[in-house]
Amino acid sequence: MKTIYVDNAATTAMSDKAIEAMTPYLKEVYGNPSSLHTVGQVAKEALEKARADIAECLNADPREIYFTSGGSEADNQCIRSGALNGAMKGKKHIISTAFEHHAVLHTLKKLEKEGFEVTYLDIHENGLVTAEQVKEVIRPDTALVTIMYANNEVGTIQPIREIGEVCKKAGVVFHTDAVQAVGHIPVDVKADNIDMLSLSAHKFHGPKGVGALYCRKGIPLKTFIEGGAQERGRRAGTENIGGIVATSVALKEACANMKANAEKMKKLRDRLIDGLLKIPHSKLNGDRTNRLPANVNMCFEGIEGEGLLLHLDARGICASSGSACTSGSLDPSHVLLALGLPHEVAHGSLRLSLCEYNTEEDVDAILKAVPEVVSYLRNMSPVWEELEKGQRQHLI
Amino acid sequence: MALYSEKVMDHFTNPRNVGKIEDADGIGEVGNAKCGDIMKIYLKIENDIIVDVKFNTFGCGSAIASSSMATELIKGKPLSQALELTNKAVAEALDGLPAHKMHCSVLAEEAIRSAIKDYYDRHGIAYDKAQFPDPHDEEEEHTVEED
Repeated sequence: MKTIYVDNAATTAMSDKAIEAMTPYLKEVYGNPSSLHTVGQVAKEALEKARADIAECLNADPREIYFTSGGSEADNQCIRSGALNGAMKGKKHIISTAFEHHAVLHTLKKLEKEGFEVTYLDIHENGLVTAEQVKEVIRPDTALVTIMYANNEVGTIQPIREIGEVCKKAGVVFHTDAVQAVGHIPVDVKADNIDMLSLSAHKFHGPKGVGALYCRKGIPLKTFIEGGAQERGRRAGTENIGGIVATSVALKEACANMKANAEKMKKLRDRLIDGLLKIPHSKLNGDRTNRLPANVNMCFEGIEGEGLLLHLDARGICASSGSACTSGSLDPSHVLLALGLPHEVAHGSLRLSLCEYNTEEDVDAILKAVPEVVSYLRNMSPVWEELEKGQRQHLI
Repeated sequence: MALYSEKVMDHFTNPRNVGKIEDADGIGEVGNAKCGDIMKIYLKIENDIIVDVKFNTFGCGSAIASSSMATELIKGKPLSQALELTNKAVAEALDGLPAHKMHCSVLAEEAIRSAIKDYYDRHGIAYDKAQFPDPHDEEEEHTVEED
């Protein structure tokens, strides 16, 4: 059975080019960049070239790029730095949204316990926030605004440039978790008025365990991992050279092919959305236009998402869901709830996240499988029976 | 999939006793759509024996597998025996459930009790009320018997 992988927002397969670029740094160039000898210095050169290449993709200066173990660490370091910098000036207010990634939300919850006040902006039902909303709640004691570039579940692209402008005018540091955006849509830290940004390599066909952050010159980046002078003293630990080289190669490749990939994926995405919307009582979650080229997120009333995923998996289709049962709690996805979906609808969600390796045949197979599985699960669902008999009101 | 045992996957993929019994003698429904699980059990009873049982479930893989297994375990059995079925027995028959899925087996136990109570109520059969705690009282906090 052919595997149809449509869970690229969770992680991607590494690109061949990235694997090829990485291999010599696992075999021949195994030196420690902190070493004085040749093997170490060759590794050091590779590290700095990778930094420069990544900086170029983001329109940043190489000295503004710091490598981390991934997107989560980058989020933690940026947000804590922004908060601590503010606190030193007596500013202890932070603005964010209700549907950030948990790497952001959990960090903010901790900061709240440590005495910071966080305003979580409401999300419109189309999965977007506006710069106007930020403007309304920004205060003289606001230390930081942290809003994701694109949402990991519903794929909505936030008006980052406008939000950045509001922050710039107010003199407030603006961080964006761009883990789902970098390599997929154009990200330009200068044009987008971004002060700090997090990215993760494995979301654009790079390796797992590598991330980076951008911190604009002039903003003090705090150190949380002590032990060495790596990353100019901001992040100790021997650098993952192979992973970092592969990250830069994967990002360059993604940026070089961005337009063509996006066009291809949009076509597949739109076929999926149109095809799945033919299922009665289904709904697309998140704005259709301001949306990542690769993201499809649907709800099907009367069924629960985990059952759908397991049946799709049995047919070789790897997808994900925001249902409670896939998260290990009784509550469905905080993102879908933030969009205002009722619990019972949010339980029946399906996320398909494409990449350029997907094909029209993959879409054909998905459009055949999903309606069949939805109908099978509805036939055994007491909720669907009540909906059909009019004993329960359709919500979508 | 490593999340579930082969037995769970078998009962999820090929669930036994799916459906409805139009002239059921007892029907039990437990759970809550908001929490993501609803189980509905239909019983056909003759001389205190469960001669047929069907289920409809809205829920995850382990909820469907638990319903399927629970119906298998009580089919053809006297009511007294069906009332003794515990969530733990359902989970064990499935070769175990992940800890955060144990509540699915609790729902299966409750659904069966609820269906038997409905049978008693409909037929005016006297029973010890203490044997049938209202599952709605426990909606928020299921009593889970775990190893």
